[in-house]
Formats: sequence, structure tokens, C-alpha cells
Amino acid sequence: MKALSLAALVFGAVLVQSALSRSGMGDLVLVAVVAVGLLQGRVAGLLTGTAAGLLQDALGGGMIGLSGLGKSVAGYLAGVAGTQFIVTQWMSRGSLFLGASALNSACFVGLSMLLGLRRYASPLREIATQAVVNAAAGVLLFYAIEALPVARERWNAVLDRRRKRRYH
Amino acid sequence: MARADAGTRARSLLVAVVLGHVLLVSAQVATPAGPSLLRTTAVAVVTEFQEASWVVAGAVQSIWEGYAALRGAHAESARLTGENADLRVQLQQARAEAAAAGQLRALLELSPRLPWRTTGAEVVAGSLSPDYRTITIDKGLRDGVLRDMPVMSAAGVLGRVALPAGDTATVQLIIDRSAAVAVRTERTRSEGIALGNGDDTLRLEYLSATADLAEGDTVVTAGIDGVYPAGLAVGRVERVERSGTAYRRVTVRPFADFSRLETVLVLIGPAPVWVPPPAAPAGKVDR
Repeated sequence: MKALSLAALVFGAVLVQSALSRSGMGDLVLVAVVAVGLLQGRVAGLLTGTAAGLLQDALGGGMIGLSGLGKSVAGYLAGVAGTQFIVTQWMSRGSLFLGASALNSACFVGLSMLLGLRRYASPLREIATQAVVNAAAGVLLFYAIEALPVARERWNAVLDRRRKRRYH
Repeated sequence: MARADAGTRARSLLVAVVLGHVLLVSAQVATPAGPSLLRTTAVAVVTEFQEASWVVAGAVQSIWEGYAALRGAHAESARLTGENADLRVQLQQARAEAAAAGQLRALLELSPRLPWRTTGAEVVAGSLSPDYRTITIDKGLRDGVLRDMPVMSAAGVLGRVALPAGDTATVQLIIDRSAAVAVRTERTRSEGIALGNGDDTLRLEYLSATADLAEGDTVVTAGIDGVYPAGLAVGRVERVERSGTAYRRVTVRPFADFSRLETVLVLIGPAPVWVPPPAAPAGKVDR
């Protein structure tokens, strides 16, 4: 059941990414992988990262394994950080997403350059830009995840009040 | 104890996964074969879902646009846009032929330039990662779309078919970091290679030191890379940086707007040459 939910989450992130990514900025799939690692642990992060990266490579037309490597390691390390540190403040979460994204981009850019597949005018700027965008997306995602139960409770409270008014 | 075992298992799994990726990448470097079965199958399966999500995203966008527009006017606009796209492609062909004819008129060994057969396709998905600049179109092998066929919009060249599947195809955009197009400037015929920057620009490289380039120059395909026919509009030179006499960095802004792609044209080959019908034999009359 847990595996199915994780697969659905990654697949959903892939679909949202492909439907919305017209500017070529931000990697929602990586954000989802790091979130899984943080919430479910290192093995879940590792396997989710592997599956998501391979899917991106297969569908993106690039070399298979290029995105998978960085995402697997990022998912694993996010899981390790989630168990070793208290990652609840937006600063710590942002730093984690920043680090994971930088690692993922560094793996992709480094391997691409090493194998002569792509040329980057300024690889460091590329890595930094992606990291900042993904960190912002990750922090927002966690706010949304945490806000959902609160919003549901409030909505239920509103519905209860309406019901009570009707009966009285 | 159990916790230590779990930690060891997780670390072993990480090493195995990393090793697996390295082996996978190494295998592909050693044998750069065509699209694998894994990839073709993945494309075929996922594209169906991508198409659905793209439709949903498009529907949301359409509702937003339809807020201000009349439905009839929208349909008419879509028809006219398609017609305009065809006409602009024809115009590009004509311009390319006229420019080439002017230079080559003196040479009698002029090779005939044939117009292209095109098929229209709709964009059903964008790229799955910021590292790849690709789109997925709703035409594939069953529609005669093959690998390396050029894809363009009314404004200019978009890219080439990178991965055709049954009913869809992944198109690598010219702004992708691993994309390259042989180009020349329309004004001075200076040739170079346009490489994708990953954002919405290209950079010109492999230029001759004596090349004459200026900001605002129109860049068209040179037709020598085996993918793109000559004369297709690519973009305009946006910025020229020099160091001494050499070009340090030349940035080209593509004509196509890659953030708003909906309908594209795939050049599926040269149009069949028109052959006049054989003359009727003397004495025979058609009834």
C-alpha cells in the first residue's frame, strides 16, 4: 500500500511537471523524491529517486541513468537527514532541499560534461539556480502538506456549526 | 542490533543502486544504439497519462482564455492560425529558394530544391525535467514520423524528432543543451553551429574569425547537418561579444516561442515531384 502511494506520488509529480514545465525551471519530481525521503526514510527515498530518475531519462530522450543517479542519492540523503536531524523549520527544510537539489544537479551536470553530452556556459550558475527554485518549491510543498489537515479541520468545524444551527 | 542491520542493508542498497546506474550509463556510452525497448515501452505507456494531464492543464488554460473570448471567434482563430502556419512555412521555403538562387544562379549545377511534405501535430506534453528541453507530439511512427525529422512552428525551427513511438513522438527542442543546428546568417551567409543553452536562447559557435555578424542578423538553417533542410528560419542574433577579432559569445534568440507551443509541423520528407500525365496517343479521343 505504501509502495503504491509512493509510486502514485512520483507519477503524479511527473505528470504535473510535464504539464506545467514550459519554462524549463524547477524539478517537481526531485522535490517529490526529497519529500518522500524526508517523510518515509532513506530506503523509500532511494527507491523513489531511482524510479523517478529512470522514468525521466526514459521519457526525456537522454541517456538512461543520468538523472537516476543524482535522484537516488538525493532521496537517500534526504532520508538520512530526516532521521538524524530535526527538519521542521522552513530554514532547515529549505537548506535540505537546496543541498539535495544541488547534489542532484551536480551529478547530472558533472556526468553530462564528463561524457561530452552537453555543454554548460556556467555550470555553477545552473546548479545554483535549480537549487534555489527547487528549495522554494519544496518549502511551499511542505507548507501545503501541513496546511491540508488544518484546513480540513477548520472546514469540518464550519460544517459542524452549520449542522448545529440547522438543528437548533 | 536490528537497527544496525537495517542501516547496513540501506547502505548496501545505496551502493547497489549507484553501481547499477554507473553500469547502465557505461553500457550506453559503449553502445550508442537506437531507442531501447525499455524506453519505447515507457514512452508508449506514460504518454497516454501525460496526454490526459496535458489536456487537463490545457482545459484549465482554455477556460481562463475563454473568459474573454467568444467561442466562434476562438475556433475561427485556430483555423486561421493553422492556415497562417502553412503559409509562413511556404514563405520561408520561397525566401530560402530565392536567396539561394541569387547566389547560385551562376552555377549551372544547381540542385533542385523541393518543397516539403508536412504533417500537423499537437503538443501533448512538455519536458519531464528541466535538464531536458523536449515536447511530446501526438504523431508517431504510425503517422510516418521518424527519428531526426525536423519539427517547426509558423515562426521557425523548433527541433527534431528524437524518440518516435507508435502514436506519439518526443521532440528535442533546439534550445536543449545537447541540441545543435548548422546555421548561416541570411545577410552574409556566415556559417556556424547553433547550440542550445538550456534556457530560451542559442549560442553560435564554430564561427570563422572572418565571419561578419551583427546584432539583428537573421539566422537560418544551413542544410549541411543532415537533419534540417536549408533556409528554415531559426532566430535573430541578439548579442555579439568579441575579444579582439574573434567572437567570444554570440547569442541567438529563436523566433519560436517555446513556452507557448500548441501546434507544430513535422517535415516528413520532400513533396513528390509532379509528373505530367502522358499525352494521349494520336487518334484516340477520351469519351
